Amino acid sequence: MDINIFQYGFMVRGLEAGVIVALIAPAIGIFLVLRRYSLIADTLAHVSLAGIALGLLLGLNPIFTAVGLTSLSTIGIERLRTTKKVYGESSLALFLSGSLAVAVILLSLANGLNTNLFSYLFGSIVTVTMSDVYTILTLSCIVSLILCIFYKELIYISFDEEAAKASGIPTRLINYILILLTALVVTLSIPIVGILLISALVVIPIISALQLKKGFSSTIMIAECISVFSVIFGIIVSFYWNLSTGGTIVLTMLALFIMILFFTSKKKRISSNIT
Amino acid sequence: MTTQENEQRETSPRPSSIKRVDHTKKIIEVIDVSFSYGNGDALSGITLDVHDGDYLGLVGPNGAGKTTLLKIMLGLLLPTKGQVKIFGQELKKFKQWSDIGYVPQKATNFDPNFPATVKEVVLMGRYGRKGLFRQINKEDENAAEKALKEVGMNEYENRLIGDLSGGQQQRVFIARALAGEPKIIFLDEPTSGVDTKTQNEFYEIMKKLNQELGLTLILVSHDIKKIMGEVMHVACVDKTLVCHETPEEYLKNGLHGDVMGFISHHHEI
Repeated sequence: MDINIFQYGFMVRGLEAGVIVALIAPAIGIFLVLRRYSLIADTLAHVSLAGIALGLLLGLNPIFTAVGLTSLSTIGIERLRTTKKVYGESSLALFLSGSLAVAVILLSLANGLNTNLFSYLFGSIVTVTMSDVYTILTLSCIVSLILCIFYKELIYISFDEEAAKASGIPTRLINYILILLTALVVTLSIPIVGILLISALVVIPIISALQLKKGFSSTIMIAECISVFSVIFGIIVSFYWNLSTGGTIVLTMLALFIMILFFTSKKKRISSNIT
Repeated sequence: MTTQENEQRETSPRPSSIKRVDHTKKIIEVIDVSFSYGNGDALSGITLDVHDGDYLGLVGPNGAGKTTLLKIMLGLLLPTKGQVKIFGQELKKFKQWSDIGYVPQKATNFDPNFPATVKEVVLMGRYGRKGLFRQINKEDENAAEKALKEVGMNEYENRLIGDLSGGQQQRVFIARALAGEPKIIFLDEPTSGVDTKTQNEFYEIMKKLNQELGLTLILVSHDIKKIMGEVMHVACVDKTLVCHETPEEYLKNGLHGDVMGFISHHHEI
């Protein structure tokens, strides 16, 4: 293994984009997990595939068309959920399969069932260009800024939506902001882990950190560490062993989750034996 | 100075800590309010005034619409008919939500695995007051600590909310409401599912908030027997307002027809 990973420009770009996405995903993931919205990330990822297909068909930057389409569909999902015309998870199923159908049709129109598609489905850091890194960085800064601004409202709504509303917090607006941010984060994560593995990036670091039973800010910090470690480790290992990057990242996260689960339940058993 | 204020000054051991209230000032007006969930009226034609410094028990049998009325007063539900005014302002135009504290029914609103420390939960009580775009500062931290002291939970500030007992959690939720420095606190069935000792401690805290801090309290409860010895006024709700009087008057007047028969069974005082 005497190959220096950093002599390859695409690896450096991949690591840069990966670390940015690794930092931003748990920051939004914690609110999704605690609000039982985990599957929204998956649904929006499928919608973004339709966006990418549209981009490929029209010859536009697929990231931008994906951001546009996912943002629009968040409004539809939230509307259906709040008006209770269909059950919450059914509206997710509707958008998930519906957008997949749109994506397949658009791709067949664009004759695009090629390798490009495969990299969107499972992530491929090899294809990350310098302009992708800049786009990811800019959008991440916007997401972080909005998260900072509405951080306290998001915490309150996740903990107790009714009390938050009674204290004058505009809960509907904050809910929209949350899923709009999710749409952005999902689209950003596509080059790294791909559409089919995005929920893992958003959810697994959070559920791992939750096992450690800490306060809110500590939980986010732990999740950030798990996420960044998994992404860097996954990218490096996948490079040397010639594996799928997205798959390696997600399996690293899963391994960490299982380890944490094992140690926390063991600790619990020991402490209950003592008492 | 009113006679009431004079009395308060004479009877209190710590007059300086008492916040004066004007018991004649209406701070909440419920005017001919009706509400329907779509299958018949849940509430019909309720008119009720709450005065500054009042300690009101909102009682009635299960499904009588107590919580619905509370939620209408909080602006969480819109009445199908009638209106509510808080501090003389129509609810739709009311903006000073930081003057209102709310302690919701714990069991239905709270995920015991939520990763938040006691202090983080109490700080939430400051969020509405801060408004959007403004971050938490030292002043908010101090207010949260003061609120925790008020309910005797300051030693628990770094514990996880889910690790506390039911009674302790409830005190934290009261501290959360207090942290926003409200003028009125609404409490929804605060003593359901807690033991007698915890209940007594809870009513001690309520007494302190009402008498020493001058807070107006509106408490929804089905435990009429206990509440009679605590509150200043009792409003009996069973779809309509059956009565609104002091506990003494309530006992003197006896039965309020068949409607409140449920409550009368509990009279052992």
